Amino acid sequence: MSIHIPTSLDDALALLHELPQVQLLAGGTDFMVEVNFNKHDVHDVVALRRVTELQQWHHDETTNTVTIGAGVVYAEMEHGELATLFPALAEAARTVGSPQIRAAGTLGGNLGTCSPAGDGLPVLFALDAVVNLASHRGTRSLPIGEFMLGPKRNALAQDELVVSISMKTNSGWQGYAKVGTRNAMVISVASASLVLDTVSGTARIALGSVGPTIIRCTQAEQWLQTHYDISARKDLDEAIATEFGLRVSQESRPIDDHRSTAQYRRHAVGVLAKRLLQRGCVQ
Amino acid sequence: MSTSVVRTRRDTLGTSALRPDGGAKVQGSFAFSSDVWADNMLWGATLRSPHPYARIISIDTSEAIKIAGVETVLTAEDVPGKLTYGLIDSDQPVFASGVVRYMGEPVAAVAADHPETCRRALAAIRVEYEVLEPHVNPEDSISGSVPPIHPNGNLLRHQRIVCGDTSVTGPVMVECEYEIGMQDQAFLGLEAALAIPDSDGGGLEMIVATQWLHEDRKQIALCLGLPEENIRLTLGGVGGAFGAREDISLQVHASLLALRTGRPIKMQYSREESFFGHVHRHPAKIWVRHHASNDGMILKIEARMVFDGGAYASTSAAVLINAVTHIQGPYRCANAIVDGFAARTNNPPCGAMRGFGVVQACFAHESQMDKLAQACGLSPVEIRLRNAMRTGDRLITGQPVESVAPVERCIRETDAIALPPQMTSSPHELSLPGGSGRTADRSHIVRGIGWGVSIKNLMYSETFDDYATARCRLDNGVVTLKFATSEVGQGFVTLAPQIARSVLGVDTVIVDPMDTTIGSAGSTSASRQTWMSGGAVDGACRLVRERLFEHVAQQHNLDPLQLEIDDTDIIDTRGTLRISVSKASAGVAFEETFEHHHRPTEDLDENGQGNCHVAFAFVAHRAVVDVDTELGLVKVVQIATAQDVGRALNPLSVLGQIEGGIAQGLGLAVMEEILMVNGIVKNPSFTDYLLPTALDAPDVVAILIEEPDPQAPLGAKGVGEPPCISVTPAIAAAIRDATGRAITRVPVRPSDICL
Ligand SMILES: Cc1cc2nc3c(=O)[nH]c(=O)nc-3n(C[C@H](O)[C@H](O)[C@H](O)COP(=O)(O)OP(=O)(O)OC[C@H]3O[C@@H](n4cnc5c(N)ncnc54)[C@H](O)[C@@H]3O)c2cc1C
Repeated sequence: MSIHIPTSLDDALALLHELPQVQLLAGGTDFMVEVNFNKHDVHDVVALRRVTELQQWHHDETTNTVTIGAGVVYAEMEHGELATLFPALAEAARTVGSPQIRAAGTLGGNLGTCSPAGDGLPVLFALDAVVNLASHRGTRSLPIGEFMLGPKRNALAQDELVVSISMKTNSGWQGYAKVGTRNAMVISVASASLVLDTVSGTARIALGSVGPTIIRCTQAEQWLQTHYDISARKDLDEAIATEFGLRVSQESRPIDDHRSTAQYRRHAVGVLAKRLLQRGCVQ
Repeated sequence: MSTSVVRTRRDTLGTSALRPDGGAKVQGSFAFSSDVWADNMLWGATLRSPHPYARIISIDTSEAIKIAGVETVLTAEDVPGKLTYGLIDSDQPVFASGVVRYMGEPVAAVAADHPETCRRALAAIRVEYEVLEPHVNPEDSISGSVPPIHPNGNLLRHQRIVCGDTSVTGPVMVECEYEIGMQDQAFLGLEAALAIPDSDGGGLEMIVATQWLHEDRKQIALCLGLPEENIRLTLGGVGGAFGAREDISLQVHASLLALRTGRPIKMQYSREESFFGHVHRHPAKIWVRHHASNDGMILKIEARMVFDGGAYASTSAAVLINAVTHIQGPYRCANAIVDGFAARTNNPPCGAMRGFGVVQACFAHESQMDKLAQACGLSPVEIRLRNAMRTGDRLITGQPVESVAPVERCIRETDAIALPPQMTSSPHELSLPGGSGRTADRSHIVRGIGWGVSIKNLMYSETFDDYATARCRLDNGVVTLKFATSEVGQGFVTLAPQIARSVLGVDTVIVDPMDTTIGSAGSTSASRQTWMSGGAVDGACRLVRERLFEHVAQQHNLDPLQLEIDDTDIIDTRGTLRISVSKASAGVAFEETFEHHHRPTEDLDENGQGNCHVAFAFVAHRAVVDVDTELGLVKVVQIATAQDVGRALNPLSVLGQIEGGIAQGLGLAVMEEILMVNGIVKNPSFTDYLLPTALDAPDVVAILIEEPDPQAPLGAKGVGEPPCISVTPAIAAAIRDATGRAITRVPVRPSDICL
């Protein structure tokens, strides 16, 4: 087994090209757990920590686009400028594991693992994020909905890595909420991220842990847009919020497992959707 | 654990002396048993059954032994002595032979040059199984409807209690069936040992994290077919125990590998293996019916208690006895009929865990007390006060409670603790149920209050003489203490020097390593070491003090009976002499060994009558919880508690036990459970076996009730188990109060609250 520590993106991509059975290591908070459980036959590992291009984020104010490097850690999203730009991402980041995990774990790793319980993913989906990929062959960008294919399955080719995630800043409201059976450091049993875009008058809601991968509830979004003035975000009827919650839960596709039951998960995402909408529409 | 010199402050009894190993533990420099190492050492590893129940058709180790670096592979055929072990019944095979009876049962062990080589060797062992349908319903063991899965049969123990007039009925009757899930001790310091064979192969030395060195030694020696003297055990640094280190785990395997290879063997479990390598708290179903008068006085209890013991006996029989003899709770009750069963199944073996059968009983009796209160129109406090047990009352076993029994005081003092402030209109988001998940807002939360009160026996029961031994040496003003008491984190290494300082007026006390070169101290369990080993240290120190007084009396021509210790001096009560202990003991050395035995106990007869327990401690808990009723999420806000401690020999240590016990009881109330489907464990990791975090831990407001117990050598009762017992029902009751739900099962799941 050998560990390669490239310091530039080009070097990293070259290694991915040259080494047939290579595995990427970012914060290692998923990868090392699996190594410890002998889930990998580890040959070559490319560690991404020193690849500076991946550790940065920038805000292009002319296009209102923020691009977050795949190696940016959760701790950086919890507070400060990124948190102001994307409060939902900050809320999701704060729910990830413990401070130690948040100091190491990255969005690139969350996308790489692509678990339906990944906390960054519903937010990225609700923000209509684009995943920027690169290989020695070139670059491509995929809407996140096309990147995530199923439980722990994504569109990455073997020689490809996630360089960054791009999202438009939005005016309006955004939030994230996650149910777990412990008050901190818990894998989500059901989660939801809601974005209310007051400029376009649209709503986007994405759910975690209630399907094979993250679910966007396009029908509930449509319904809300036609029954409620999202641009105004005022005078939300309890009945509208309740109905929205029900419609969201109908679009979920949860299963029973040792963490919870399908019945509870379906119920919980509905409650979360309703509460997020109410939170987004108070003032 | 290495020899530790305790600071020379006057840390006597009653002060909050600090742990001698506290700094090292906080800084990460404390050596746990997994940190020990030897030259030329090999690693040992265990192959375990993936099936809950299967016949072993064949085991082929030939590929494994061929792997470079693998030194030996052992199976049942290689056990030279007794093929089985066990604390009460020796019914558990060292290695399965012919049949595996639970998921995780050891089948073979390997020794190799590296853990990775071990892993490959285990993977190369071919075991052919014929998978059988597991027997997982304890009721089938009781009815006899499934064939025995073990030669000793499927019923581990049945005990009945018949007390008073069983035909009595009450105008008020409440009944329910309660269920308790399987909890894990989840100590943080995983199982680990280093076994070093003697050069002649006739014995070995072992450094191990355990609760009871001498019992381990006995069982190891039997399985090795060697005399006990040839096995020498030293306590390694122990990172928690909670009952899970009472049974043998890797001790025999490591010993066998060491003797076979002639090289030191290090074995340590991963977290996942640990879930399979030790016993758990018994899951139980308890049906209870209380009969009471209209004013809430308990007239009769009927109960049927079923404990799932899993595949092997471990301490199930003793756990069951605790359960049936504590089902009345800390309340007077003249008439009772109780049936208790401990059943063998193909689930993981269950045995000792903090609270030892009383936890399950307490959830049932305290839930019943609330039902009774409601039926009689009384408050939870009032119903408990009316029935509160007092010293001298008789248990349903006929045993009089001779211990100080301040039940009423526990309840009243807990009740007097201020409730936490009401939630503000904009509480901190992390303080709400759901915590960092940000699921709730203020308007979704309902607050509830609930009560739990318990009685817990101390020490071992039913004729067991679990004595403790200690030696004290006073040499030139320095005391050296020797005992085999397992320090598992409870703080005996802090307490023992405190005792010596108080009794002998010395400052410097050295605690020798705990090992088997002295007599047994019994197990660090059953809340017993302060009482038992504390009694032994106290006794040994007193004997030395007698010798010292005789020496001083002779030198000064005084009556030794008139001498006493005053701080660090010896004084003559008539005021003629004051001499420092260090001066008085200069140039002399005295050494005494003392065995402390508790008073004898009796077996229960077929009607469950007999003085089977030694002593009792009591505690009350009041829980305040915030519940998100729509999502079923809970935040325990405050636990108020008043605990009967006898005498607080180290108040800080007692508080540590209280806070830790409450966290553990909270875990059982709302999150900690080993989940099984047909004998298969679904969550053997901390990813899915959830322990409370700092954000789940409540504010604890504790009052120590100090009424020294005349039976206790130092007046102090055991304080380790009571904190984790009635806190669980108190939290469940608070959730009931907030939600109106029945809540008949712990851990309470979100869906139990909101669906
Ligand atoms: C105790 C603990 C608690 C946790 N709690 C949570 C939680 O609450 N919520 C949550 O969502 N997750 C949680 N996790 C999982 C984990 O922290 C996250 O999924 C995290 O985002 C992984 O990031 P990482 O940088 O550590 O990834 P790594 O472990 O380094 O990598 C994960 C996977 O992604 C691949 N990968 C990494 N970077 C790239 C890249 N740039 N391009 C392509 N592939 C890449 C790797 O090859 C690997 O397959 C927890 C983990 C632990 C150990």
